[in-house]
Amino acid sequence: MATATDARLFGKSIKRREDPRFITGKGHYTDDLKLAGMTYAAFVRSPHAHAKIRKIDVAKASAHPGVVAIFTGKDMTGVNSLPCGWLLPDLKVPPHPPLAVDTARYVGDPVAIVIAESQDAALDAAEKVKVDWDVRPSVTATGKAADKGAAQIHEVAPSNVAFTWQIGDAAATDAAFKSAPVVVKKRIVNQRLVANAMEPRACVARYEDATGDLTLWVTSQNPHVHRLLMTAFVLGIPEHKVRVIAPDVGGGFGSKIFLYNEETVCSWATRRIKRPIRWTSTRREAFQTDAQGRDHVTDVELALSREGKILGLRVKTVANLGAYLSTFAPAVPTYLYGTLLNGVYEMGAIHADVTGVFTNTTPVDAYRGAGRPEAAYLIERIIEAGAAALKMDVLELRRKNFIPKFADGYQTKVALSYDSGNYGAALDRLLTMLDYKKFRTEQEASRKQGKLIGIGFSTYIEACSIAPSKVVGSLGAQAGLYESGIVRVHPTGKVTVFTGSHSHGQGHETTFSQLVADELGVPIDDVDIVHGDTGAIAFGMGTYGSRSASVGGTAIHMSIEKIKEKGKKIAAHLLEASPKDMEYVNGQFQVKGFPGKAVPFGQVALTAYVPHNYPEGLEPGLEETSFYDPSNFCFPFGAHACVVEVDRDTGKVKVLRYIAVDDVGNVINPMIVDGMVHGGVAQGIGQALWEGAVYEDGSGQLVTGTMMDYALPKADMLPMYETDRTVTPTLVNPLGIKGAGETGTIAATPAVVNAVIDALRPLGVDHIETMPLSPERVWKTIQAAKPAGAASQKR
Amino acid sequence: MKHSVKMTINGQTQSHEVEPRLLLVHYIRETVGLTGTHVGCDTSQCGACTILMNGQAVKACTVFTVQAEGAKITTIEGLAKNGELHPIQQGFWEKHGLQCGFCTPGMILAAHQLLERYPKPSEDQIRHQLEGNLCRCTGYHNIVKAIQWASENMAGAKAGVK
Repeated sequence: MATATDARLFGKSIKRREDPRFITGKGHYTDDLKLAGMTYAAFVRSPHAHAKIRKIDVAKASAHPGVVAIFTGKDMTGVNSLPCGWLLPDLKVPPHPPLAVDTARYVGDPVAIVIAESQDAALDAAEKVKVDWDVRPSVTATGKAADKGAAQIHEVAPSNVAFTWQIGDAAATDAAFKSAPVVVKKRIVNQRLVANAMEPRACVARYEDATGDLTLWVTSQNPHVHRLLMTAFVLGIPEHKVRVIAPDVGGGFGSKIFLYNEETVCSWATRRIKRPIRWTSTRREAFQTDAQGRDHVTDVELALSREGKILGLRVKTVANLGAYLSTFAPAVPTYLYGTLLNGVYEMGAIHADVTGVFTNTTPVDAYRGAGRPEAAYLIERIIEAGAAALKMDVLELRRKNFIPKFADGYQTKVALSYDSGNYGAALDRLLTMLDYKKFRTEQEASRKQGKLIGIGFSTYIEACSIAPSKVVGSLGAQAGLYESGIVRVHPTGKVTVFTGSHSHGQGHETTFSQLVADELGVPIDDVDIVHGDTGAIAFGMGTYGSRSASVGGTAIHMSIEKIKEKGKKIAAHLLEASPKDMEYVNGQFQVKGFPGKAVPFGQVALTAYVPHNYPEGLEPGLEETSFYDPSNFCFPFGAHACVVEVDRDTGKVKVLRYIAVDDVGNVINPMIVDGMVHGGVAQGIGQALWEGAVYEDGSGQLVTGTMMDYALPKADMLPMYETDRTVTPTLVNPLGIKGAGETGTIAATPAVVNAVIDALRPLGVDHIETMPLSPERVWKTIQAAKPAGAASQKR
Repeated sequence: MKHSVKMTINGQTQSHEVEPRLLLVHYIRETVGLTGTHVGCDTSQCGACTILMNGQAVKACTVFTVQAEGAKITTIEGLAKNGELHPIQQGFWEKHGLQCGFCTPGMILAAHQLLERYPKPSEDQIRHQLEGNLCRCTGYHNIVKAIQWASENMAGAKAGVK
């Protein structure tokens, strides 16, 4: 039996409890669901980036064999806009109808739903829907959206500006730059990415006429949020009559947080046709309609003293929001970005200015890291550029500016107060895995042979464990960001835990079981974790922002504490002792210090449900509910290094080594956390070297619209990762957990790009404005470069 | 016009009338009802639909059902025998070779053929052979480890499924 003393599971790499079903093909994903009377949906979408809808003719399509119903935006009367869940003071919120009514604003914008007896019939009929388009000029480029003469996308947003926002101290920053002896200025483009969870989005909506109940199975990271947004804001149907189930979900990376058009339309349409409807996105639709990530154009300046102290950081960013405001879009380039610009460094002054713009592109929202990768990329790139300007080693400059070790609070210049940090220690650990001096010697030697080898670093910080409700509420969030945890002890002592967070690969069924088995001292096989069903779980805000273990786990921990308190009363009564004298040890309630005077957990559970001999006034049953609202964000940090070789003739970058030291606080299951880091690093390398959503200027077509055109990292493009950790527990939550879901993505991109720049430095390259550093871009950079110094002459 | 097809899937004979355009992956999922074989793309890039067809790892989205007439097919559901996991399945579990699980069936069956070709594969061989299967969660590190584990534990024994 696993107990707190003899076999603590917290900190152990136990195998995942969810895996048996996945490795045998017995997972239950949304598209696997088949219901009696099922119909199948296909959406008619705009092939144009910007076009007025003159007329939609569905006559031919309706006559297609097997068609059940066709609806257009005009049919959806009484249905509201898809809501934006994060408001900024001057945010322009344009209408976002689930089916475009008058105008389509990006390629893929849905205009009609075709429902049929089979998927084939729906797809065939959808091709027969005739839309009379009046094609308008479009704008897709981030930097051109607000230009004079650019196509205007929404009436409410002149010049396509959705908001302007700033943070920091403009006057102090200007003053710092005025007197600074060294100023480095760069344009840095953080290109647009497509999340590409392997399971495409899908939904099944079933309305039951007899009861008025609607059940929606949907690929969601947060089923309660889906239900709340859809019922309260869009469809106006009663929340208690809607059950949202997010079954096994095949990855999310942010893209499955948001309320989308398709599940909203299907939930509306099932009430009309009174039959279940299934819709599953094709990959092509996923490229066109899953909320995309990043897409910033930034001018950044760093002011330095000659000794290398950071005097000031000035940032001006244009963030592309796409054609509409996705659910949490405004938060990403503002509060999840600007507030992270202090990095792990002491900075004299900071000011950031962000303009959010609309374009005729797929909406942009949170993608793994969401705002923090953009901030980390900016800081870690500009600091290496600063080191080059000072002719100082990149690690020396970092160490000169690291915030010294602290255990309880560091106030940044951009609103946040970091929880705990020891940034130098993470870098020290990294350097035990990497002989830096030896590398530089070898690099010098290989340069003499004409080889282009480089090393890049990233000493990042991020904010996760999202988030204190009061704080985010004051910043514009239209929701709280607590989490719920119910612990139900059954009469036989078995335990079911209901969490409002949701696993779509994170392994909640394992990690939460470890936590519960430990704290209750029961065998892990006696514990089940339920997630992803609004019909079973009290409420929940879901999984994103590396919040499940820290926020969701703490809610479970709080309920266990309550269970123990109640259990002490029951056991004390049975032992004729005082509850004050009781303790819970090794799976039994005992009189403090007297293991012989004890009642086992199972007996207390049974007594709670068969309360014949029971404390006066105490309610029967053994089930507790807790909602945990964190008092602060948590701030994981770490040091990553990447070693690359660039092929001079082709521009191809090969990652030779990738080393990651992360500090995510306490770790429940190291195997799972390592896996998270691996996947995150792969996505970060993917952004640095290969991935990028490209829209054609003029037509507004997404030319990277399939997996043939958008370069996702494959097995033979990536190395084995070398990972380690330092542990600086947070004091924010009682578990000391910070969060581990996004560190890899945040850290990796700058480390890789810094490495490529380092490799190319002998050729006179000190910056590449835009990622990905594809062979073509690197080759062109090499061709355009002017050799600097002797090293490059020696080929 | 519909065509009749007959094939063996996981040892069971299946015969149905199907449209000529029906892809094998949709036949397996929708007609036969074996939903462990997944659809992750529409351009034959992702490999989530990989099955074994007459012993060869095949992307079931690139085959029409009628082309599988008379074929012997193994899907992920047919890999474990008598409740005992295949060493590749065991390897994915032991080495945490999966997170969301969506690419996993295809990965496992691609690995099956890989290990038939190269019973003792190098890391490079594993990575190259998995080029047709995408995973967005693991960064491939633990998938490589899982296949190495399977290779070590299959040493001497034949892969088992044909």
